[in-house]
Amino acid sequence: MSSYAQLPVLEQAILTLSALVLLSSFALLAQSRVIATIKTFAIQGMLLTAGTLLVAADSGERQLYISALLTLLLKVIFIPWLLIRQSRKLGILRDLDTVIRPGFLLLGASAMVIFCYSVAQPIERFAAGITRDAIALSLAVVMLSMLMLITRRKAITQVVAFMTLENGLFFAAVTTTQGMPMVVELGVAFDVLVAAIIFGIFFFHIRDSIETLDVNQLSRLSEADE
Amino acid sequence: MADRLSLLAWLLALLQTLLFIALAPLFSGWVKRMKCYLQNRQPPGWWQPYRDLRRLLSKDLVISHTASPIFRITPYIVCGTAILAASVIPFIVINVPIGSMADAIVLVGVFALGRFFVALAGMDVGTSFGGMGSSREMTVAALAEPAMLLVLFTLAMVAGSTNLATIVTHTLGEPLVLRPSLLFSLAALILVSIAETGRVPVDNPATHLELTMIHEAMILEYSGRHLGLIEYSSQIKLMIYAVLIANLFFPWGIAQSTTPLELTTALAAVLAKLGLLGMLLALVESVVAKMRIFRVPTFLAVAFTIALVGMLSAIILEAGA
Repeated sequence: MSSYAQLPVLEQAILTLSALVLLSSFALLAQSRVIATIKTFAIQGMLLTAGTLLVAADSGERQLYISALLTLLLKVIFIPWLLIRQSRKLGILRDLDTVIRPGFLLLGASAMVIFCYSVAQPIERFAAGITRDAIALSLAVVMLSMLMLITRRKAITQVVAFMTLENGLFFAAVTTTQGMPMVVELGVAFDVLVAAIIFGIFFFHIRDSIETLDVNQLSRLSEADE
Repeated sequence: MADRLSLLAWLLALLQTLLFIALAPLFSGWVKRMKCYLQNRQPPGWWQPYRDLRRLLSKDLVISHTASPIFRITPYIVCGTAILAASVIPFIVINVPIGSMADAIVLVGVFALGRFFVALAGMDVGTSFGGMGSSREMTVAALAEPAMLLVLFTLAMVAGSTNLATIVTHTLGEPLVLRPSLLFSLAALILVSIAETGRVPVDNPATHLELTMIHEAMILEYSGRHLGLIEYSSQIKLMIYAVLIANLFFPWGIAQSTTPLELTTALAAVLAKLGLLGMLLALVESVVAKMRIFRVPTFLAVAFTIALVGMLSAIILEAGA
């Protein structure tokens, strides 16, 4: 145990931030109000930015500063702003999405974290330093956002879950390999951006055709009602 | 010589416990005072909690005809367990002889004993409110206790011992370490403390509003001396949780030896920490609305999850590195 105390403070800070990212994933999972979900997503983006900056300072990689800046611009400012604007237009900003049995959901999520840890254990042997612990955590973030994707009923919270999934992948890339190549990273960033915009248009189409954003309505044909 | 030393240590432990239970009403008075300032009300005097206790202790008892002996002995048991728990906690000095007899798990057990008897007494008289309060209290306790234990286990894993004194010494001995596990444990312990001491988002200690009360519903039938003892023990309990938060996570300033200078610094440090915590508690109680009773299990599930994540990060992040 005492070996943790001997790590440099910077690496301790990175590990603490990665634990906080995981915590924000839990918060997203339990959050039922649309506006709170979007805000938590922005907070997770902020934590990611801080984590990326710390990794950049720790490793001295210049390009990580750029990806931190990209994260800040896209995930903290632009996408939350876009989502809030759209949900205000759709009039669902203060709506509640149903979270089914939040207590059980959180316990299931904890079990998933343990599962991710045991899955990541063999990988740890090949990686060195702080990166090996971060793999388990980023995998957990990805799994938790998948859990969020399948438990949500509203299209807009599902989109947030999808973006969180990308956060997990990004975090894994930053902590384990000091970031993906810049071209890939730029590509992914713009993919997410375009996805956000396309989803936005899609929201309006879903609402126009079925008059709600509840995706449960999509599971059967409308003629079957009559 | 050794006998005299141990006698001195016991004397010190006794004095520390006396000081602890003497300060407990002052602490809850302080929280009330801060709340009054925040809500633009005229606060009561500093000695008001003591005056209330004296008034209750000198009043006559009114006991229901259907009450069994359990109803009569419960206040003494509750107060006794609270004082016992107060004597175990490192307050000013770390190494007191009683600390080596009771560790963190005993502490949780002692709390559970007191709670068990309050719940029994709530059902004893047979009023519907008492039974409702007991049922709610047990619901809260069944969820809060595992979270509390997880927090203590995480601390024990970091320090390598469940003894509270050893945990504090371990934190003091380390250089400044940023541990995610302790961060989460702190957050979980704060949530658990709010639930266990019946403060605002979970329960409201200042109201007897029928449908929302938990703790007040159980003790509705008590009067006079008995009520005084129960109120006193809930003040001690609030103080215990505050001292746990202050001294387990921010132990700096606590006395490691028994020189007068160190004891004075330790007292000043712990008072400053408690004052700050009281202010924070008052702030939270003023800005947060009380939640529906059906939301409390979710609140505690969040506490449990945070505690679990804390423990996991102790295993994943800190042990592996």
